[in-house]
Amino acid sequence: MISCAEAVSHLWGYLADELDGVDHEQVEEHLAVCRRCCGEAEFAGLLRTFMTSATQPKLPADVESRLLGFLDSLEKEVT
Amino acid sequence: MSEEAGTRFTTVAREQLPWLYSLARRLVGADAEDAVQECLTRAYRGFSGLRDEQAAPAWFRQILLNCVRERYRKQINRPREEPEDPLPDYSLFRKIADVDPWPYSDSVHLDFLATFDKADVWDVLDRINPKYRVPLVLVHMEGLSTSQVARMFSVAQGTVLSWLHRGRKLFERELWDYATEHNLLKTSKGDRQ
Repeated sequence: MISCAEAVSHLWGYLADELDGVDHEQVEEHLAVCRRCCGEAEFAGLLRTFMTSATQPKLPADVESRLLGFLDSLEKEVT
Repeated sequence: MSEEAGTRFTTVAREQLPWLYSLARRLVGADAEDAVQECLTRAYRGFSGLRDEQAAPAWFRQILLNCVRERYRKQINRPREEPEDPLPDYSLFRKIADVDPWPYSDSVHLDFLATFDKADVWDVLDRINPKYRVPLVLVHMEGLSTSQVARMFSVAQGTVLSWLHRGRKLFERELWDYATEHNLLKTSKGDRQ
C-alpha cells in the first residue's frame, strides 16, 4: 500500500479525477484504511470549493474609465 | 476597418469589458489591465473575422487566453535558473492541526477557512508564481481540462499535472502565510463577516 505522504501528494488529483487508473485505485485503497488521510481528503475537497467559490473580481471604475478611453483611441484610428 | 465597423467594435467590446477584466485579473493578477488592452487591440485588428456577434464572448475569451499564453510561455518553458523551493509534503491540514489556533473548537479546519474573505483568495493566488497560478486558475476556476492546458502551452499532460500539484501545495502554504501575516489566526470565527 502507498504511504500517507504519497497518498496526500495525490489527493487533489484524486478528487479532480486526474489520476490514471492505478494511482486512483492506490489512493482509494489507502483512504479505505487510513483515517488521518480521510481527514486530509475531506479538507482538500473543502479547499477546492473554497478556491472555486471566490467572488469574481470586479472591474474598478478607474480601470474601466481607462479601458473605455483605450477603446475610443482604437476607434479613432479609423477616423 | 470602416468607421461603421469601428463603432460596432466599440459597442461589442464595451459589453465584454467587465467579465474580460475579471478573467484577466484571475489569470494574470496585477497585469490584468495590460492584458485586456492587448486583447482589445488584437480583437480590433481581427474584428472582421467575427461573423456572429452572439459569439463575441467566446471569441474575446479565446483572444485573451492567447495573450496570457504568449505572456507566460517563455516564463513557463524557461529552464530553472536556480533550484526551486522544495515543498515535499506540505500539508495545510496538518499545519492547522499542529498549530491548533482555536484549541476549544472542534472544527478548526473549517474555522481556518472561515477567517478569509472571499476576495482574499485573489491576494493569495497573486503570491504564487504565474507558472503555477495560471494552470491552477485555468483548471480549477475556468474549467479547462489538463489536456487543454497542455495543448495551450505545448507541453506534455504530465507536466501540467506536476504544475498543478506544485500550484496546489503553494496555494496551501500561501493561505497559511497570508493568514499569519494578516493576523487572521487571532480572529474569531465570523468576526470578518
